[in-house]
This record gives sequence, C-alpha cells and structure tokens, in this order.
Amino acid sequence: MSALTPPLPGVAEAARLRRTYAARHVASRVGTYTAAILAAFLCAAPFLWSMVTAFKQNRDLYNPANNPLTFSRPATPDHVTYLFTDTSFLTFAWNTLWVGVLVVAITLLLGLPAAYALARLDRPWAGWFGVAIFLVYLVPPSLLFLSLSRIVVAFGLQDSTWSLVLIYPTITIPVSIWLLIGFLKGVPRDIEEQAMVDGHSRLGAFWRAVVPLAFPGVVAVVVFAFTLTASEFIYALSFVSPTADKVISTGVPTELVRGDVFFWQSLQAATVLVAVPIAIVFNLFLDRFIAGFTQGAVKG
Amino acid sequence: MAVVEVKNLTKTYGSRPDRGGRGRAAGSVRAIDGIDLATEEGEYLVLLGPSGCGKTTLLRTVAGLETPTSGDVLIDGHVVTGLPPRARQVAMVFQSYALYPHKSVYGNIVFPLRASRMSRPDRDRRAHWAAGLLEIEHLMARKPRQLSGGERQRVALARALVREPHVFLLDEPLSNLDAKLRATARDELKRFQAEIGTTTIYVTHDQVEAMGLGDRIAVLSHGRVRQVGPPVEVYDHPADTFVATFIGSPPMNLVPRDGVLVGFRPEHLLPAAASEPDALPVRLAVDRVEYLSGDRHVYGTALGVGEQTRVVARLPATVTSPVTAGDEQEFAVSRDRLRFFAASSGARMDRVPL
Amino acid sequence: MTTATTGQPATVGRPPTTMDNAAPRQRLADRDSALAWIFLMPSVVYIVALVAVPFVLAIGFALSDVTAGDPSFDWVGTRNFRRAFDDPVFWRSLGNTFVFTAVSMVLIVVLGKVLANILMAKVRGKWVIRFLVLLPWTTPVSLSAIAWLWMLDSIFSPIDWLLREMGLLGSPGALFGPNSNMYWLGEPDLAMASVIAVHVWRLTPLAAVIMMAGLVAIPRDLDEAARVDGAGYWRRMFEITVPLVLPLAAVAALFGAIFTFTDMAVVDVLTNGGPNNATQTLTSWAFFRGIDGGDIGQGAAVALFLFPLLLAAAVAILRAVRRMEVR
Repeated sequence: MSALTPPLPGVAEAARLRRTYAARHVASRVGTYTAAILAAFLCAAPFLWSMVTAFKQNRDLYNPANNPLTFSRPATPDHVTYLFTDTSFLTFAWNTLWVGVLVVAITLLLGLPAAYALARLDRPWAGWFGVAIFLVYLVPPSLLFLSLSRIVVAFGLQDSTWSLVLIYPTITIPVSIWLLIGFLKGVPRDIEEQAMVDGHSRLGAFWRAVVPLAFPGVVAVVVFAFTLTASEFIYALSFVSPTADKVISTGVPTELVRGDVFFWQSLQAATVLVAVPIAIVFNLFLDRFIAGFTQGAVKG
Repeated sequence: MAVVEVKNLTKTYGSRPDRGGRGRAAGSVRAIDGIDLATEEGEYLVLLGPSGCGKTTLLRTVAGLETPTSGDVLIDGHVVTGLPPRARQVAMVFQSYALYPHKSVYGNIVFPLRASRMSRPDRDRRAHWAAGLLEIEHLMARKPRQLSGGERQRVALARALVREPHVFLLDEPLSNLDAKLRATARDELKRFQAEIGTTTIYVTHDQVEAMGLGDRIAVLSHGRVRQVGPPVEVYDHPADTFVATFIGSPPMNLVPRDGVLVGFRPEHLLPAAASEPDALPVRLAVDRVEYLSGDRHVYGTALGVGEQTRVVARLPATVTSPVTAGDEQEFAVSRDRLRFFAASSGARMDRVPL
Repeated sequence: MTTATTGQPATVGRPPTTMDNAAPRQRLADRDSALAWIFLMPSVVYIVALVAVPFVLAIGFALSDVTAGDPSFDWVGTRNFRRAFDDPVFWRSLGNTFVFTAVSMVLIVVLGKVLANILMAKVRGKWVIRFLVLLPWTTPVSLSAIAWLWMLDSIFSPIDWLLREMGLLGSPGALFGPNSNMYWLGEPDLAMASVIAVHVWRLTPLAAVIMMAGLVAIPRDLDEAARVDGAGYWRRMFEITVPLVLPLAAVAALFGAIFTFTDMAVVDVLTNGGPNNATQTLTSWAFFRGIDGGDIGQGAAVALFLFPLLLAAAVAILRAVRRMEVR
C-alpha cells in the first residue's frame, strides 16, 4: 500500500524542498507586489499624467519635443485657478452634488420598501417581480432619451437641472432594489420577528429593526447610486443646455472645449478634482459594497 | 502508516505587525503553548478539549495549514515543519467536509489523485475502491448538494482515504450530523480505521466521541496538553481537576478538605446500604432526584467529608434503595475510588488517609 | 385582561397594553399582502411612468415621422426601419456594436478576475492600491474619456512620446513605423482598439469589485482542503476558485455588457463615431440621427434595435448563472 503513497522526503530532500518553497514564497510576494503596482499604475496613469499636465505652461505643453512627464518650463497654477475663476466649475460641482443627493434620497425612499417587499414579505410573485425590475435596468438610456425629452417638456422641466432629479432614479432604482434585496435578505429573520413579538407592527419592525441593521448595505447602495448619477452623460446632454444648470459630466466638456480649442490643463485639473473625492468615498465603503453584492447577486 | 510527533510546539496569533492592521498588535493570543505529543503507529489519537483550547490549531499545524511560531512537526521521523501541506502526504476531513460543490462525488474523490498526477485508469480504479469501501458507489454522479449529511461525510472520508495518506486528520467530522446518525457514524469510523490501520488524529469537543473512538485521548486546555492516555486511564485517573471535571457526565465531585480536593465519580457515590462495609461514609442532604433512562441522578450537599459541597450521585437501575428529596441520607464511596488533588494547583496527588 | 373592567387600574399594577384597548383587529401595517403592495407601488408607478411609457413612446416614434422640426405623429409604418436597413452605416454600427461589446466583455471579465485577485492579496498599502485601481470606475465617464483624449492626441500624445523615446516609433525601421505619431484615433482599426481599450480600462475595476464579492464568498475550507489534497496554486485557481466565482463573473459580464452596450460617452468624446464611422455604434448612431440630426423617428428605430439584443444577452447570461449556481 505504501507503493502508492510516495515516501516522505528525507532530511536532505526536505531541506531542499524547504528552500524551494521558501524561494517560491519570496517569488510570489515579489510577483504580487509587482502585479499590484502595475495594476495601480495602469489604472491611475491618465490621472497621474493629468496632475502633471494641469500645471504646465502652454508653451511647455504644446511642444511635442518636450518630455510630457516632467516640467520643461516652470509649473504654473494659472490654469487651475482659471477653472475656479473663469468657468462655472463650482456651479457644475454644486449641481452634481445636490442632484446626486436628491436622486439618492428618492432612490432609497422608493427602493428600500420595494426591496423589502420583494425580499421578505413572501409574496408568490416576488421572484418574477425581481427579474422584471432587473430587466428595466436593461432598457438603455439611449433608447429612452428621445421620448423622455418629450416627457420632460411636458413637465415643464426642459433646460432645468430638476429634469435630472426626475429622470435619474430610473437608472438608480432598479439596480438599487436589486442590491438592497441582497442586503435585506442578509438581516436575520429572527430579529424582525423578535421586534414583532415585542409589540411592533410589521411596518414598525421594518423601520426599527431591519433598516438599521441593513444600514451598511444602504450606505453602499447610496455610494453606488451616486457614482452612477455623477457619471451619467446622455440624459444630462440632451435635457439641459444652459451653462448654469449643467452638471459636471456635461458642463466640464462643453465649457472647456470650445469648438476645436481644448483648455487641456483646466480639463485635466477638473478631472482630477472630481475623480479623487468620489474614489475616496467609494473606497471607504468598498467592503460593504462587496458584501452586498455577494448576498444580492448569487441568491438573485 | 506513520508516527506523527510534535516537539515543543507553540503558535502565537496577532503578534506579527503585518497582520490585523492598526491598533491590534498588542493583544497576542497563544493558541498552542509548548506541546509535546506523539502518536503511535496506526493509532487513533483523539484531541479533546473545550472550544478555544488549541486542538484545531494543533491539527492544522500538523496538516501544514498553519506555520508554528516555534517547535517542529515530524511525520514518520522526518521534520516537515515549513513544508506546505502537499509535501506532507496527509489527508484531512474538515468539520464542514469542504466538498467541492461544483464537482461530482467522483470528481471530489479523484481530485487528490489528479493533483498527484496519477494516470486515468489508475485513479478510476482507486476511486471505485475507496467508494466501495464506504458504500457510496451509487452516488458517484451526484453533486454534494444532492447528498444527505451522512453521505457527505462518507464522500469526505473517501476523498481523504483514496490517496492512502500517511496520516488522517479529522476535525470534528461528526458535529454536523444529527444525534442519531452521529452514533452510527461513530461506530463506522472506528471500524473503518481499524480496517485501514492508518494513524489518525481526531479532534473533538465531545467527550463521548473521544471515549468511544480513541485508542488514546489527549486532553487539551489553554494550548497545553493536560493528560494523554487511554480512555479508561483518563477517566479513572485524571491528571488534574480540569480533566476530572471536563470528562464524565455529570463530572467528578470535588470536595475541599484541608488543602486537598477529594474527588469521586457520581456513580461511585452510592447509598450506604448498597456499598461495601469499609467505604467512606458521606452524609447527603438530598435536594432533588432526576430519573434519566433508568439511572437516578441525586443532587445534594455532602456533609462530613470536608467542607459542605454540592455533589451529584448516579445510582444505576440495579440500586433500588428509596431516595427522597428533602431527606438527609447515608451514602458512601469505596475508598479505592477516591482521588486526591492539590487544592492550590489542581494536580493529582497521593492518597491521603481519611 | 381585567384592567378595564375593574376600574382600578392602579391596583392591578400592570400598565394597559395595546392588546387591551386595540382589540384583535389587524391593522393595515400588519397585513403582509397589503403592505407588500403599498411598499412596491411607488416604485412600480414611477418605473411605469418614466420607463414603460417612454418605451412605448419610443416604439411610436420609430413607427412615425417625428422630427425635431415637426413634432407631430404621422404613422409611417416600418419606413424608419427600412431606411435604417438601407443605410450601410447602420450595418456598420451593428457590426461595431457586436465587436465592441464582445471584445470588451471578454477582456473585462478576464482582467477583472486578475485584478480581483490582486486586490484581495495581502499587501501593504492595500488602501492606496484599491484607491488608484478604482479611479477609472468612479470618475464620471465624460471626464475620464477626455483625459484619454489627451493621452491619445494626434500630436502631443504622451504614449507616442514614450514610444519615440524608446525608439519604437518615428525613425525608419522602427517597430511602429517611421511616422512621428500613431494617430490612435485617426486610423480605423487603431481607433476601434483605442475605444475598446478605454472602455475596458473604465469597466474592469467594476468587474473586479463584483468578482471580489465572489472570491470573498468562497469558504476558506475549500481552498485549504485543496491544499491538503495536494493541489498547487494553478490547480486550485482553475479547478476551485474559477468555477466557484463563475456565477459572479457572469454578473460582471452582464454589467459590462449593459454598460458597454448603452454607453456612448467614450465613443462620443474620443472619436465622435469616426474616422469614417469606424467606431460608430448603434447607441452613438441613434444619438447622432435622433438629436444631432433631428430625425427622431429614425433615431428611435435604431435605438429600438438595442433592446432585443440586450434582452437576449441578459436572458442568456442570467440562465447561465442559474445553472451554475451550486449552493
């Protein structure tokens, strides 16, 4: 029977194996770090470049012989200050922020109860409904924007930022319901049953026991919904044209690209200024977001 | 078949600065605190202890899943410390069975063989041999989720067995089964190991399993081995008060007297009428009597042995003398059944005249 | 029980509870079926009003001759579709959409898995690496596309500069030709490759995050069991991890497909569909016809084409997920 099992390594053999595995361990650590740094660099390269570019003088930037990675002429903050003093960048940022906050609020207000109904109230049609809501997410904005612009006009919201507050939840609600179902299923049933035994109604149990426990998930959904909102382009482009009502995703490109003239340094500065805060916030909630996806996606 | 030995093994968690991140470096936990232990050839060694005593960590260190902080693991006389699991030729059954959910039973069983690059006809033959031994050949095409708990356990065993490893490591493999199944599975495990004859280390917190399965039992607590010995010895001659009270249900009675703890098992505390004439008399103020499947458990306060202490007596069905709650009655313990422990350290000590 | 009838609540020593005065009648808030509808209604109404209605309206547009200048409906049957089918640009866009989606999806899923493994690895400064890696996904797409527009500029592209410095470009016999620039967005094939690359760059972090969820969910026991069973790194990766993460990889693919299919910002900013419609997709073509060209009926007809394609892809992927679900 020992013919089958290879013999255990002898002393010399074990020492050799141990060296091999130690070397392999070191190699795998080096490999991991290399891969991590490479991945970070590939993902962040345009932004790193943007940070250099934003402070370049025009004569430095527009000379193909100059090293684009470093400053061939002294750095200048002019183009960054231009962004704040001569463009509506701050207005755009403010618009993005309040539109995002309102959209997220509407999303939770409508999505949280709906997700709870689908996750917990044991209706026989809940499964079908969940799929149907997910299918809504498949209806592309590029299909709807033509008719939605008519509806926006009918509401009298054309060229107003409020049109985005009205329309954006169509993007965020379906996906949020889908994610929230996962989070709500993760809350132990016992807890709301305990709350109901303790004298709360089903509604009370939902509000006092389930929502607080699902709160980390809710936060993750908030961050995801906000990212989607801030990124949206087609609706913002088709519904709103006055500069003062634009959001960042449309305002920055239209304001800083005048015909064929690109205000490159200011554009790059704007990109970095917008990207970094959102990424920091998203990163803070990354682990919760991941947890929500596990529960939501696999159990459908 | 091989001997597993651990020498002066320690494992400390949380002391390395690169784990856990900020602020938690201070509190390090010593999961294994200097253990020396060796199995015998083909032996069934059970590691028994309460949760958190380090028994699973010890098993995982033997498997190579944990690296010891210091000390060595030897399999068959060869030092394998620092080698990954796959160089050790051990097989492990996890508490959860850890069956690969996406593979069929057959796929699960042949996985270790494929990892060792065995040819297809050979591994087919081995897989069917192992499956036949555990009587699961009819399940070969199923997925783990289509199996009952008992069947999953057999698949996990077959997967461990198929490679004919030097050592079997079993981590509470019965704890996921219901009580009824557990009894038959325990019996099967024992017969099965006797048949195969492979050295087995078995981790459990259940003393009934430990007593029933082990050739020897190692009782662990707080990362240390308290006692190693055959079940009878561990039960009859506990090395200290921890072992004395951890093993046995109800546990051993301990009555303090002059810096000594006088210990006796509940089944040895019998009504005076049913005892030998020279037995140590114990006056028992009876509180409560429980009838448990023929036996009577008598709860009360022992008077006259030492300090007044709550004790339990277990009267077998053959003892019929009436015992009534509320009475004070004469009980007695055979003098050769008495055990003595130092009150300060809890360690066993020599007989003290009473 | 007796509190109300005795008239001496103080002596009974038990405060009146809801049971005593509210009777056994179930309140609305306790009836699951009613509650379910009340909870769902707002979302349903909202979605019907702002997704279903516009969807039907879009079908109406596609079957009429509405234009920006003449907003009245006139039934024209399938004329918009026939006109689209007669237009070679439509077929080109359709083909591009398939290439674009298929290639990006494969790359996004494969690179996403690799990236997920990197993000899960134990390294110092994990937070910084995660932050940098997530940037492409969290940045509004129009802005990151502009950052890339600069990277791929026909004259000032830093990539070209690097290639020139390394001697791979701009000298006779160099690997990428003797021209001083690559014209990333000017050559049809290069332009398509660039658009796909930017898209993959943007969506891979999202796919990685989704697949991290799958990796986190794999019980540690399984990996350890495989290690004890003698499996090495690659065997564990391809026989244990990858099969178990497949359901979420499919979800990642689905998200990738949706974002790729429906997104036109990258195309719009980088190439505007050019050169010579080489990067035109159905989405961007619908936008150019419908909004820029003002031919709403035609735009809607082209856009409508997206839905069945997306639906088919989604159904296929979701069914695959169902079948793969092992636990």
